Amino acid sequence: MRITCPYCGARSSHEFAYLGDAAPTRPDPADPEAPDAFNAYVYERDNVAGVMDELWYHSGGCRRWLTVTRDTRTHAITAVRFTTMRFTGTEAAE
Amino acid sequence: MSRYSVFSLIANALNGQKGWTPAWRDAVPKPSYDVIIVGGGGHGLATAYYLAKEHGIRNVAVLEKGHIGSGNAGRNTTIIRSNYLLPGNEPFYEWSMKLWEGLEQDLNYNAMVSQRGIINLYHSDGQRDAYARRGNAMRLAGADSELLDREQVKALCPFLDFDNSRFPIKGGLMQARAGTARHDAVVWGYARAADRLGVDIVQNCEVTGFIREGDAVVGVETNRGPIRAGKVGLAVAGSTSRLTKHLGLRLPIESHVLQAFVSEGLKPLVPGVITFGMGHFYVSQSDKGGLVFGGDIDGYNSYAQRGNLPVVEDVAEGGMALMPLIGRLRMLRSWGGLVDMSMDGSPIIDVGPLPGLFLNTAWNYGGFKATPASGWCFAWTIAKEEAHRFNAAFRLDRFRTGHVIDEKGVGAQPNLH
Repeated sequence: MRITCPYCGARSSHEFAYLGDAAPTRPDPADPEAPDAFNAYVYERDNVAGVMDELWYHSGGCRRWLTVTRDTRTHAITAVRFTTMRFTGTEAAE
Repeated sequence: MSRYSVFSLIANALNGQKGWTPAWRDAVPKPSYDVIIVGGGGHGLATAYYLAKEHGIRNVAVLEKGHIGSGNAGRNTTIIRSNYLLPGNEPFYEWSMKLWEGLEQDLNYNAMVSQRGIINLYHSDGQRDAYARRGNAMRLAGADSELLDREQVKALCPFLDFDNSRFPIKGGLMQARAGTARHDAVVWGYARAADRLGVDIVQNCEVTGFIREGDAVVGVETNRGPIRAGKVGLAVAGSTSRLTKHLGLRLPIESHVLQAFVSEGLKPLVPGVITFGMGHFYVSQSDKGGLVFGGDIDGYNSYAQRGNLPVVEDVAEGGMALMPLIGRLRMLRSWGGLVDMSMDGSPIIDVGPLPGLFLNTAWNYGGFKATPASGWCFAWTIAKEEAHRFNAAFRLDRFRTGHVIDEKGVGAQPNLH
């Protein structure tokens, strides 16, 4: 599996560290529902069988966080972009 | 179906092997059962067997989307052991070890259980101390353990690279009662024994949804029609999330790919199971002579049942550091399995979380050794609607309450367990 880093080009997945599903976002700790929201954020996953956005870190290259769109059934990668600011419910991409 | 014995062997040898009958019926699903177990792997079949044998619940079906044992039960590296550290885990795995020891007599089936021992190598003083602690924890739970020094390991495994300049071998923690079993025979043995007690084993029957009454689960939809049940137990490993999605449940598991490898056949070389302490590599030798070995999971979510080359390289490097002779061998086959990695690296056997539903999942990369106890405890949990003390810690809500069982201490990151 090769990941085309927007900065470094196509590289072996060996150069990258994997965090997982990009969907969970850190809840607001001041929210009254925060304990449930944090439980879901830290532990519960959709565990998608299909196309999924996920976070990879190019530790052996440019050391940028990437959002990779990949099919978990085939390993086919369809999009890679830099991950930037991540707040609750939003993600800004460069 | 007759009982296997030396007399049936002789009788069939004399009549040209014409007397053998199929080991289990190819059942057609009935409209309803007391209990449906989804998943015809080792865990599902063992659950059905113990439901019938221990709890007298014989109106049971095991539904399997392909043929039985075609998932992880047929893809693992066949190691059985009970060398865990934490109190939530070790009594369960030791109970599994005890069930392995009586399995073949119980099932009347040769599962080729071979207690050839496991040695976890240590390479430093600190690692020796950690293994001494683990060995003591094992003994507290009734398991056996022995701390070997370098010379004792050398007597058993002279081919290891003891004087490796980076990772010299200083000794190992041995569990002599650990070993290997024939993975397919375990599946077939449980299937035959469950079938003899009246369990329907339904192959090529894929569960596509659930029948609900309010919150409760009262049956399953399948490609062979709806089947109702008093209770539904899921034992589908890496496919769990795909099924629970139909119920609106999100679980603390991720599906990953774990690769395994086998070399060409050799004369007897590796006496038991050996694990490298300075990288993730473990090896044993099958009765056919091939070295069976593996290492880390690939580390990314996957349903593909095949992995990538970086892990092949990593496993090969671990093998070379441990036993350089492996470099002269040809690798015959490699394959991948779909493993259900949990957020703390430990399993879930629990009631619920919906009425009528029972969960058996999160076996990470170590489900094979757990097969007997997993089935035994899941059967207990389904029959009595409460956990046995052996699986009392394997609760689904332990993540919410903070009672995680994290053997490796790496936190909620499934690809690090």
